[in-house]
Amino acid sequence: MRRRSLLAAGPALLAARAARAVPSRVVCVGGALTECAFALGAGSRLVAVDTTSLVPPAAQRLPNIGYMRALPTEGLVALHPDLLLLSEEAGPPAAIEVLRAARMPIRTVPDGAGGEAAVAKLRAVAEALELPAEPMASALAEDWAALDAPIAALPTRPRGIFVLSGSSGAPLVSGRDTHADAAIRAAGAVNLVEGYRGYRPLSPEMAARMAPDFILMMDHALEAAGGPEAVLRMPALAVTPAAAARRVVPMPGSHLNFGPRAAEARRALALALRPGATLPALPERPWLRG
Amino acid sequence: MAAGVDGIGGTGLALRAPARAVPLAAGLLLASLLAAVLLGPARVSPAGFLAVVADLLGLAPLPAEFAGDRAILSVVRAPRALMGALIGAGLACAGAVMQGLFRNPLADPGLIGVSSGAALMAAAGIVFGGGLMGSRAGLLGLWLLPLLAFAGGLGATFLIARLAMREGSVGVANLLLAGIGVNALCVAGLGLLVAIADDRQARDINFWLLGSLAGARWVHLPVLLALVGLPCLGLLRLARPLNALMLGEREAFHLGVQVETAKRVAVVLAAVAVAAGVAFSGIIAFIGLLVPHLVRMAVGAEHRIVLPCAGLLGGALLVAADLVARSLAAPAELPVGVVTALLGAPFFLLLLRRQSA
Repeated sequence: MRRRSLLAAGPALLAARAARAVPSRVVCVGGALTECAFALGAGSRLVAVDTTSLVPPAAQRLPNIGYMRALPTEGLVALHPDLLLLSEEAGPPAAIEVLRAARMPIRTVPDGAGGEAAVAKLRAVAEALELPAEPMASALAEDWAALDAPIAALPTRPRGIFVLSGSSGAPLVSGRDTHADAAIRAAGAVNLVEGYRGYRPLSPEMAARMAPDFILMMDHALEAAGGPEAVLRMPALAVTPAAAARRVVPMPGSHLNFGPRAAEARRALALALRPGATLPALPERPWLRG
Repeated sequence: MAAGVDGIGGTGLALRAPARAVPLAAGLLLASLLAAVLLGPARVSPAGFLAVVADLLGLAPLPAEFAGDRAILSVVRAPRALMGALIGAGLACAGAVMQGLFRNPLADPGLIGVSSGAALMAAAGIVFGGGLMGSRAGLLGLWLLPLLAFAGGLGATFLIARLAMREGSVGVANLLLAGIGVNALCVAGLGLLVAIADDRQARDINFWLLGSLAGARWVHLPVLLALVGLPCLGLLRLARPLNALMLGEREAFHLGVQVETAKRVAVVLAAVAVAAGVAFSGIIAFIGLLVPHLVRMAVGAEHRIVLPCAGLLGGALLVAADLVARSLAAPAELPVGVVTALLGAPFFLLLLRRQSA
């Protein structure tokens, strides 16, 4: 009886697999994944993104499912996605478990930092979207590698800190093992905070002892904190050489995505940290426009 | 005794026939459950609803076109609504019992440390648990955080009860003071954890403190039935001793009430019901304090009416709040603890205004 029903179901299953369409209603949770989907030319297949998906600007016009650590369940199911691309940082696990139970087609993508991780993300998203990863993935690997020698040859090694937010109380400053830390290293600079992992509040004493030459911040965080002047007036930062030299370096938040624009971001950051320095231009990559 | 009770309750707003309040509250809970299953950001056609119900009852196999509807109704909405009903009932019942026990309308389950203890341990789990909130957490992460929160809630209550004990008897005033002390410790510990947490962990703690039912699955329901449902039934049986206690402990004793036993049973059952609930949902504001208060304003102080009404209304409010939480900002979701207060507080203020007028 059981065997017969299995036999009967066999051809139906095969037919279903053959007829399975390329994912056309995709939800991207994670800024880098959204960026990858657009670079691969699949932006029009996205039906929603999360609050960390800021690049390209077209992503911000899509419906938003909220913060990636507080995933909705019914909101996602109601979008009827045929692919749910989740950064491994997404959560909480209990909500993801509900989505699995509801048979949501979930694909989890690792969220590393660095050139290799960026290429891996691009390849993983391409595979999930059933699109060729080339020439984008190889081009990204080439562009990243092409910066190694010129950045190593730059005469200075700026030393500083990355401030995640400074709008309330002590500035939240990046330690080791963050995307900001990886970005600073990749740009041939030095993140002075080595004593802890993640982002933590920085005390004035610590800041004075580290004596950073630059303070790196994301555009929107800098704006939220009231601009460079307000940041340099914060007690923890006012005593630093960076404040004396007025060196608050803004950068787009997407520089920390380690997505398809990782090489471009690496070059831009290396230059932003060294006024007047030059690096060879990277080849124009048409899929990164827009 | 009834006259004395009314004298203490002293509300001019009491319904003529408060006995009718219980079926009314039950009706509200049923209506909210039905609305929570039928409504939401995902559209389910009436045909889809009927097909899923027929399938669940084994009447007719589900046509393939309604598979998505089944996922929405029976995987996402139904367990969530039932979880909300149980947790809300637990919070409100425990709150009503605490208000009776402390003879103070401002008492809530938080007084005996359940919420702050649960929050402290949940935060400890988030900070030290190494990615308990990420997608890599696995089975351990799914159960460890609720387990920690549950243990934290019970632990804080146990500590408070031990500290309040004098010569084998738990004095209500001592309980209150010990509660204030232990709560202060827990809140300080929570603050310390937030201070040493990195940015992501701090945000995870923040979301936990705002509450959510998004993680509700069927597998949670037997646990909640046992750890919230049963204690609630036990709390309902405290109505008579609580009525007597309103006259004072000595008077209750002379009325034949086992005062010490009643107090202990009340604290233990309230702690279990609330700790188990918040373990799965995170902190839910408003319900434990204001739902029982609201019920008292509407029906008077008779605990045989207040306790079941509070439980039913608490459930109804959380279920309705969750419907709003998942619908209003769709496809995103609002924290349900915020919505309970947003929905409940204006209602409460309106009643207060009418009462003082």
